[in-house]
Amino acid sequence: MGGPAGRLSGSASTGSGMFKNVKTWGPALLLVSPTIILVGIFVYGLIAVNIQMSMTDQHTARPSDEFVGLDNYFRLFADADFQHALRNLVLLTVVFLAGTLIFGFLWAWVLERPDRGEGFFRSIYLFPMAVSFIASGVVWRWLLSSLQTDQQGGERTTGLNRLLDSVGLGFLQNSWWSDPNWGIAAIAVPAIWQLAGYVMALFLAGFRGIPDELREAARIDGCSEWQLYRHVIFPQLSPVMLSAVIIIGHMSLKLFDLIRAIVPDANTYAVQVPATQMWVKYIGSDYADSAAIGTILLVLVALVVVPYLVYTSRQEKR
Amino acid sequence: MATATVPPPARVTPPAEKVGRPRRKMNRTLKYLLLVLFALIVLLPAYVLLVTSFKGPSDADPSRAWFLPQTWDPSGWAKAWDTLAPALGRTFAMVIPASIISATLGSMNGYVLSKWRFPYANVVFTLILFGMFIPYQAVMIPLTQLMQGLGVPNGIPSLLVLHIVYGLPICTLIFRNYYASVPDELIEAARMDGAGLLRTYFSVILPVSTPGFVVVLIWQFTSAWNDYLFAAFFSSGRNGPVTIALSFLAGGQLTDYAASMAGALIASVPTLIVYIILGKYFVGGLMSGSVKG
Repeated sequence: MGGPAGRLSGSASTGSGMFKNVKTWGPALLLVSPTIILVGIFVYGLIAVNIQMSMTDQHTARPSDEFVGLDNYFRLFADADFQHALRNLVLLTVVFLAGTLIFGFLWAWVLERPDRGEGFFRSIYLFPMAVSFIASGVVWRWLLSSLQTDQQGGERTTGLNRLLDSVGLGFLQNSWWSDPNWGIAAIAVPAIWQLAGYVMALFLAGFRGIPDELREAARIDGCSEWQLYRHVIFPQLSPVMLSAVIIIGHMSLKLFDLIRAIVPDANTYAVQVPATQMWVKYIGSDYADSAAIGTILLVLVALVVVPYLVYTSRQEKR
Repeated sequence: MATATVPPPARVTPPAEKVGRPRRKMNRTLKYLLLVLFALIVLLPAYVLLVTSFKGPSDADPSRAWFLPQTWDPSGWAKAWDTLAPALGRTFAMVIPASIISATLGSMNGYVLSKWRFPYANVVFTLILFGMFIPYQAVMIPLTQLMQGLGVPNGIPSLLVLHIVYGLPICTLIFRNYYASVPDELIEAARMDGAGLLRTYFSVILPVSTPGFVVVLIWQFTSAWNDYLFAAFFSSGRNGPVTIALSFLAGGQLTDYAASMAGALIASVPTLIVYIILGKYFVGGLMSGSVKG
């Protein structure tokens, strides 16, 4: 899984005042310099080159680097397919976020008080995290297939649809990801399955961070259970919730493997998002458009992540 | 010495509950019913994987989709193993050195950034950190050219380099937060004794680093093992890691579901073993210095 993790905080103690001259911090800087150089080239250098490539007219394998400014971006945003991909991305992110937050919170809420078997259930809810999207995609592809061709060449229901039918929930049957308008929401189902446990772990850590005295005090003050949550628990959990939203949100923007694993054809219209379109363009040697989509994704992620990074580093200074 | 990164879930002793009240009891039953129901839902795909992987052609009919196999046919597993075995070897050869190298660099970075600050260390840290959030799509096209230009061969060598480089930010983050719990006095004492930067690292920091290394190595191992994006751009079925081999086995319009589900299980075994044995540290990596207590 490509997901980076939790809060970035953790108060690093400042050795400030301890080391003042170059003699002391020189070697320290030297020790980090390989990382600074590598990240400098592979992250910032390549981002710059990528932006520059996105402003050329290299739309075929034949090298060409005429500068066209922002033309590729304008064309992409005017393109119905790309608009569809952006709309899909929003839908995917909303469903993905809502699902992981709801299940993650629910599980954490039920498991919050230590009880028999609590660790066992926690492990079960979390285990999908350890599996790759490619591996889980194999089974979800089958679960979310609406029809299967049988030996006689006829088409019959299979996967989740068949299960729903046989347990009397037939009305929930649907065409899953093949639906051109809402198909992308079906992709969020396995994504939620895979990451709700992670959000649960975040919320559990949040619950454990709430001092018992706070609850006691609220109870003594005569708070009802709901008021306790409304005024004590939820505010205490909001930093954790913010972390979860950032992490899941930026994973959703990048989501690629899972879609590739579930939907066999990379060109499938119903489930296009920018990340898959970027791949399709790359395969088609349209490097300029591919680079432009990469840059758009970067901007989207940066809009979410940069304020968060600034926020956490400020928090740390306090 | 505090071991901060992996707080064993601090167990709060349950408040003395008034047991025996019927409402409590019902709540508890309801709670376990819910937990079991959710567990079944989460485990449902695992059941399908296992059952389908043993199904032969006689079980292929969709009407038997959710049932146990009529005959347990291991041929899907044999086929999957034959397809994936070479890729499994390649993946181990890539993931193990990649994890060790980026963990080692991350440990030194974390040490410097938490204990041996230089001017603008915080800015540098934030800039490094951003590298872990970027969508790799935003560097992918020039990256393919850069790797070609550097003459790094496609396949495992390329992926080895990429997992080291792009693993650096998170390794640095985890170690920085981890070392924050090492008291400054220890560093200062070592300095008083005349130990320099590296001496202090090897004599004071490294000996207390084991839990940090476990967390980082697990994290790196899992994310490199499970990576597909880099693999898709930098390798092929012939020289790629297990995710690529699996996607070829499972891809296409006509899928051999028995073989591909067996393959998915085979490809997941190493990370699942890590999760089962070292679950506590696995969660530690996920949280990576997560919530301020």
